[in-house]
Amino acid sequence: MKKHEETFFKVLMILSALIIMGVLVFIIGTVVYKGLPSLTWDMLTKLPGGGFYLGKEGGVLNAILGSVYIIAGSLVLAIVLSIPVVMYINFYLPKNSVFANIMRFSFDILFGVPSIVYGAFGFALMVYLGIRASLLGGIITVAMLIMPIMMRSLDEVTRLLSRELPDALLSMGATKYEMVRVITRQLMPGIVTAVLLAIGRGIGDAATVLFTAGYTDNIPNALSSPAATLPLSIFFQLGSPVEEVQNRAYASALILTVVILILSFAARHFSSRFSKNRI
Amino acid sequence: MQYIRAIKDKTARHIMLGISIFAVVFLIVIGLSLFFKALPIMKEKSLWTLLTSADWKPFKGDFGFLPYITSTLYVSALAILIALPLALLTGIYLHSYASKTISRIFQPVIDLLSGIPPVIYGVWGSLTIVPLIANHIAPHFVEYSSGYTVFAGGIVLAVMILPLLISILVEVFRSIPQEMVDASLQLGATRWQTVKKVILRKSFSGIIAAVVLSVSRAFGETIAILMVCGNITQIPHNLFDACYPLPALIANNYGEMLSMPSYESALMLAAFLLFIIIVVFNAISRITLVQIEKRYSFS
Repeated sequence: MKKHEETFFKVLMILSALIIMGVLVFIIGTVVYKGLPSLTWDMLTKLPGGGFYLGKEGGVLNAILGSVYIIAGSLVLAIVLSIPVVMYINFYLPKNSVFANIMRFSFDILFGVPSIVYGAFGFALMVYLGIRASLLGGIITVAMLIMPIMMRSLDEVTRLLSRELPDALLSMGATKYEMVRVITRQLMPGIVTAVLLAIGRGIGDAATVLFTAGYTDNIPNALSSPAATLPLSIFFQLGSPVEEVQNRAYASALILTVVILILSFAARHFSSRFSKNRI
Repeated sequence: MQYIRAIKDKTARHIMLGISIFAVVFLIVIGLSLFFKALPIMKEKSLWTLLTSADWKPFKGDFGFLPYITSTLYVSALAILIALPLALLTGIYLHSYASKTISRIFQPVIDLLSGIPPVIYGVWGSLTIVPLIANHIAPHFVEYSSGYTVFAGGIVLAVMILPLLISILVEVFRSIPQEMVDASLQLGATRWQTVKKVILRKSFSGIIAAVVLSVSRAFGETIAILMVCGNITQIPHNLFDACYPLPALIANNYGEMLSMPSYESALMLAAFLLFIIIVVFNAISRITLVQIEKRYSFS
């Protein structure tokens, strides 16, 4: 009886692990199967032509570049804001400081805030500041979304850093600011991992840019012009009754999935390199 | 020279402190601004009426959130019902049974599942789950279903919260001291008995925390849900009814409704409700998880 129960649950466990693996293969398989036939070079390199949304020629370059611009801008914002914060709570505040713990706690909470709430808040903020749906609006809102991810991930690698390097630097007469600059350089692989994670989350999110970035068939040429994004272009194309347009939505979904896969593997690669080189 | 270094150091310290304080205050700023944006509608109608009325007729000024709230609850409950058994079994397997190689192979699976964007889940759900329900599952139970249902939403959401659930569960299991597990095994308990009597019992609060965290993730999911749930304003009566969760309501209508202040305010109330519930859920589970970590670490 004991033996049967043991085997039964072990089989059940392996089964559920296999189901989860199967679901992943199923999802990626579906996207590849549906997307690959419609994926052409034009999809990647052309703007939507006239009649694109009726199935005529063109591509989603506007959305690809829009997504790249938005994520690049928001990354700059997020990096500039999150590195100082992580350095401050790890090296300026005493160990187990209450303030540092409150900060970590609030990053955890911010991390859990759904993207639609950031989207709604971002839009309200833009209305208040008088900004229209634009590249800038998208950048600000996506930065809010990815900042908690960056901070949490950076904080984690910073805490793994041994205390010897900072102590050595300080005892050699460096000021704290100089010490932090050296440590930031030392943390580069960790920063890269955090950035890759943040890109992955930011580039695929639709709810944040839905109201804040707008949508356009052109490549944005100023911070104030609206910007298309890849997830939204998938979403809009899928809503079309025309079959060609729907097929292109699947091709766009394939593009986005491939980007995410590359980012995910790159992040793994960097984080494993980091743990090997840990000082 | 020394003087400049000292000034640089001081300035940097102040800037860092400033940014750090801003980061903490940010959470409160979001909450307050959503609240003030939602205030006009709460002045028009009592919160209780808004939450318990099922009448949603924006052009007549009726804003009853009940259909959206029940939709959100049903879809999330279904998602956790599907995801929890799978996640528990897989988590236990990874923690107590699987070899290091298998765990290492499985880690990317979890990473990828958590990395796939919501819109891709939506595409997948509408391509596979929705037709499956419409053509093969629903006909056995109801006369007609479009497939865009509570059921479809629940399945897609379940897959989406799985990675979070599994990784937190494994972490919770890991926080149990190895000595306890060894002691149980040494006394002649089988692996499974050890899992049942030691690991699961010891990690009960952690499992609850993981569930609460995942449910709050499910509450806020937007685009995927929007694509598979059907978006019909009604209180769903069974798994094969279409539903319209709160985030989908915001996503579908917000931005265009600036011309109607009370409508905009009502949607802001929806965002505020989501925000408050999710923040509270997150806070509860994070505090629980931190305490679990502390309980067993002696260093």
